[in-house]
Formats: sequence, structure tokens, C-alpha cells
Amino acid sequence: MLNYIWAGMVIFSVISAAFGGNGEVISSAIISSASDAVTLCIRLGGTICLWGGLMEIAEASGLTGAVCRLLSPFLKIVFPKMDMKSKTAKAISMNVTANLLGLGNAATPLGLEAMKRLQEENGKKDRASADMMKFVVMNSAAFHLIPTTVAALRQDYGCKTPFDIMPASWISSAAALLVGLTAAVILIKISESVKWKK
Amino acid sequence: MEKITSFILPAVTAGIIIFGFAKGIKVFDCFAAGVKKGLSSAIGLLPPLMGLVLGVTMLRQSGALEVITNMLRPLAQISGIPVDVLPLAVLSPISGSGSLTMFEQILKNFGPDSFEGRVASIIMGSTETTFYAVTVYYGSVGIKKTGITVPAALLADMTCFVVSAMSAGLFNS
Repeated sequence: MLNYIWAGMVIFSVISAAFGGNGEVISSAIISSASDAVTLCIRLGGTICLWGGLMEIAEASGLTGAVCRLLSPFLKIVFPKMDMKSKTAKAISMNVTANLLGLGNAATPLGLEAMKRLQEENGKKDRASADMMKFVVMNSAAFHLIPTTVAALRQDYGCKTPFDIMPASWISSAAALLVGLTAAVILIKISESVKWKK
Repeated sequence: MEKITSFILPAVTAGIIIFGFAKGIKVFDCFAAGVKKGLSSAIGLLPPLMGLVLGVTMLRQSGALEVITNMLRPLAQISGIPVDVLPLAVLSPISGSGSLTMFEQILKNFGPDSFEGRVASIIMGSTETTFYAVTVYYGSVGIKKTGITVPAALLADMTCFVVSAMSAGLFNS
């Protein structure tokens, strides 16, 4: 899937640039993207290390276990077969917590930790497991209780009540999450039965 | 409220360390051990990130996004998404930094309390960058076959855009 999307993105860009006469712009974009990727990787690496350190403390003190118990009723709905005392469940619940608090920088490193645990349980190492698919969909429709960045920008542009979008934002997050996860479950079932027939 | 939110991160950081300290854990040693584990996984992220950034930068600079936006214009009119918010909806699954810039432009041109500004705010508050999540999460563990992830995630994004446009009108004070 990603191979097709990626190739499609590049080819479509070059065609658009050719028609729009943006040849020089896209040339410099290609070169600068290489260093941008390295910068992004270093920045992400820093947050991974920071949260890796903090989570080691939280894990040892039993804090992650407590958060996991709190979220387990919800996680049970999405991941019915998961052991709620496992390290995987703990890592997922930390990622969900970071998303809820609107800590986007923390959500990625904590999510990567959860992916590592999910991969350990995965039978086929190059193929995403059903739990992985659900988890990644969950993160692409992340539920923020407090949209910190958005509120800050609204305030910068002269809004007196920057948080008044919160209820509407909860509704659309919840709808996206519900549709995304339902679609994932149905599509997983379909693709499994297709494979089984073959 | 504004002041409280800026203290979420410091409170979480301090909370974790204080709780650990109270439980008698050697917090600094423990922190350092965790950082060491994180170090190795960071380098592995460069290959997927390099590919993603190349594709996204090319899309943004080539004018391809305008082409896609124009193609989707009729769909936006049916679903109630304001035409001026459409570029943000197209960009938000692809690029996090790009959609942030686009969001600021909408706030500047229309104001945060306009219908366009509100829909854009709700979209920004309720989506994550789908392709970033897919490439980085799967790339970090070497998964090549992503199955149904992308279609399901894009469906979630589309739901978010349509519901955002609906709920912006609903809660208009």
C-alpha cells in the first residue's frame, strides 16, 4: 500500500510541477527534504529518549499499571483479546493518555513503544497484526480532550474564548474514532475471510 | 483555562518523578536507563522519515495540492465543508507542519470566530497526521504490509471533516 501511495505522490508531483512550471521550486524541495528529514529524526529522537526515561520511572513506580487499570474498560472494547496486565496494554494506555492530554510530542514516542510490544506478539513480522491496524487507526484519529495548540493559536489571532470549540471537537473526534475503528474491524474481517478462501 | 493548559506538561513530568521518588525509586538512574533504550530506536526512524518528507515536500511545492483541492471542490459543497477550509482538509492527513501553516492562514484571513475559522479549529483539534502515524509507527518495527490501515484511517479523517463542518454550526454561540 505505502509503495503505491509514495510512488503516486512523487509522480503526481512531478507532473503537476511540469504543467505549473514549478520545476525549479520542486528541485530545491527535493534537496531540502533530505536535511529536513534528518532534522525531524533528531528532534523525534530527542523526545523518544526523554519519554523513554520518564516512562522507565513511571513503569518502575507502578504508575503505568495504575493508568492502564483506569483505561482498561475502554481498551477491552477495542482490543478484546488483550491481557490488560501485559506491557503492551500498559504502553497503549500511556499513548492514549498523552493524546487525551493533548501532548502530541509525547504520544508518538509512547505509541512507538506500544508498536514494539505489539510486534513481539505478532506472528508474521512483515505484516501488520489486527491489533496494530486498530492501534494505528486509533492514533490517526487521536482523541484530544484538551486541544492545546489549537486554542493557543486561536487566542493569538484575537479569539476571546479560544476553548469554545472543545465540545464540537470532541464530537468530531469521537465520530472519527468510531467510524475508523468500525471500518478497521469490518475490513479486517473481510480480508481475513478472503485469505481463508484462497 | 489558558494558564492551566500550559502547565499540563510540567505537571505530568513532575508528577511522574515525584511519584517515583515517593516509591523509593532511584529516579535519575532509572531515567538514564530509559533514555539509553530510546536512543537505538531513534536512528531506525530515519529511513521511513526520509521517504515521507520527500513525498510530502514534493506534493506541497509542486502545486499538486491545488490540483487535488480543485478536483475535490464539488465533494466539499455536498458535504458542507467550506471551500476555503478544503486545502486544510486535503493537507491535514499528509503534513502536520503544513496544515499548521494553513490553519494560521485561515485564522488570519477569516478570523478565529468566523465559520471557516471554527471549522478549521475543530478539524485541527481532532485529527492527527495520518501518513506520519502510518509511516513512523510501522517503519519503527519494520512492518511492510499495512493491510487495511490506510483506508480505515482515511475514512476516519473524512468523517472528522464532515462532522466538524456540521458541529461548527451546532455550537455556534
